[in-house]
Amino acid sequence: MILLDRVTKTYGKTATPALDRVSLHVEPKEFVIVVGQSGAGKTTLLRLLTREEKPSSGKIIVGGIDYDKLRDRDIPLLRRKIGVVFQDFKLLPNRTVFENIAFALEIVGMGSHEIRHTVPKVLDIVNLKGKEKRMPLELSGGERQRVAIARAIVRQPKILIADEPTGNLDPKHAWDVINVLEKINRYGTTVLLTTHNQDVVNKLKRRVVTIQHGQIVSDRARASYAL
Amino acid sequence: MNRKLITFSRIIRTGIVNFVRNAWLAVAAMAVMVVTLTIVLFSIVTNATFNNTINQITNKIDISVYLKDSTTSAQTHQLIQRLAALPNVQKVKYLSKDQALQNYKQQNANNPQLLAAVSETDNPLPATIQVKPRNLNKIQDIKSFLSQPSVAALQSDQPSYSGDRKQAIDKITHATNILREAGVGAVLVFAIISMLIIFNTIQMAIFNRRDELTIMRLLGASTWYIRGPFVVETIVYGVLSALLSVLIINSLFVAASSALQASSLGLLDISYAGQYFHRNLLELLAMQLGVGILIGAVSSIIATRRYLKFKTTK
Repeated sequence: MILLDRVTKTYGKTATPALDRVSLHVEPKEFVIVVGQSGAGKTTLLRLLTREEKPSSGKIIVGGIDYDKLRDRDIPLLRRKIGVVFQDFKLLPNRTVFENIAFALEIVGMGSHEIRHTVPKVLDIVNLKGKEKRMPLELSGGERQRVAIARAIVRQPKILIADEPTGNLDPKHAWDVINVLEKINRYGTTVLLTTHNQDVVNKLKRRVVTIQHGQIVSDRARASYAL
Repeated sequence: MNRKLITFSRIIRTGIVNFVRNAWLAVAAMAVMVVTLTIVLFSIVTNATFNNTINQITNKIDISVYLKDSTTSAQTHQLIQRLAALPNVQKVKYLSKDQALQNYKQQNANNPQLLAAVSETDNPLPATIQVKPRNLNKIQDIKSFLSQPSVAALQSDQPSYSGDRKQAIDKITHATNILREAGVGAVLVFAIISMLIIFNTIQMAIFNRRDELTIMRLLGASTWYIRGPFVVETIVYGVLSALLSVLIINSLFVAASSALQASSLGLLDISYAGQYFHRNLLELLAMQLGVGILIGAVSSIIATRRYLKFKTTK
């Protein structure tokens, strides 16, 4: 589902690359946790997958799409196939919770009737019922995070990328989020999760990829947190 | 419903909703647009008014050709026809000796001395052909025709376009040429400055909301699905600003005509300006709308472009 072959990313003319010859293969329906200290290259890895950045060298293939052959105008189509929970949420500030989630469906051309039917279901999953009309600024950090998750999963993407989705949450809500991720993974979505949260890693017992200084230093199945 | 139609109606609706939600930003941007569009409109009306004044002045200029008393009516008739056939001649008017005398009497009705001067003798005034030129800049054409020996032979005196009068006419012609050019220049300069200011204002408004653009981009929205609502929003700015600018100029004329009892202010003929404005109201409104919409749309297309680009650096 996700294939990186000796991918290197150097920003500008800095001597040390943010990612250095990283190779990674993720099977469909797999649940992979990427751990590493801040600055290790986790976010760069995710930004390469969403084609926010272009790799300096190496090959990336996601869901059968070879990024080398991806034309600019097809980038939106690629992004519609991937659900992303951004570290800083990236909610639209001028739109309500409902509209933020609906936006993900509008851009794929879903009819209004169907949108009105679909959005409440996801809001239910992330426990945000009754907050449809709130603006992002009126929500707590945890609530915003859950809106971001709802928006990422509402299109039922084949791939879900979540960058520190538990970062701003108390333990109870963090587990709610992890449960949502596990649930959609069970339905068949490939999940790539980055986290700092030791508890989460230890309890999930999934494949753990550790990145250090831009390189993968360990890749273990059903592992626990070890840095 | 067709998918494209859904998308199109969503773009329009989102644009209008954004306009309402960003009301304060919209007011600021529109204030700038209203002021600049009003200045452009004002300069256009002023320019038209000046042109009218200039035309009124230049219309009064003609060349009088004084005929010898010995000229036969056949010769006179032929001369009139030849003059009328000249390309730069707009109108030719013949005054017989009697008519010239009557005109003289009317013009000097309150000056008994001047009246006495003509009544004593047997009408000293020559028959006159008044020639109205089409283009004052080419008045020399007529003059050289009149100086041809065969034509000059019929004249009792130099035509009026000579000496001091020639100098005065040339000065007026020169001044009006400059005024006309300056008017067009001023309209152009105002229009260009307005476009730049409006463009800059819209660019600032979009810069404030660049996060929205990049977020939508990351979620996989197509270029026009992101840009469309911004274009719609700025078109709304343009339409409202154009309407307001026409309204402002209109109330300016209403106020001017009631407050200033005078119908003109120096060279600016206010009553003509008002007439011109009202006669061409639809055209002016259409022009303002066109300019407002065009500048708004083009500015927002250009201003959004940089936030919608994909990274190409490796």
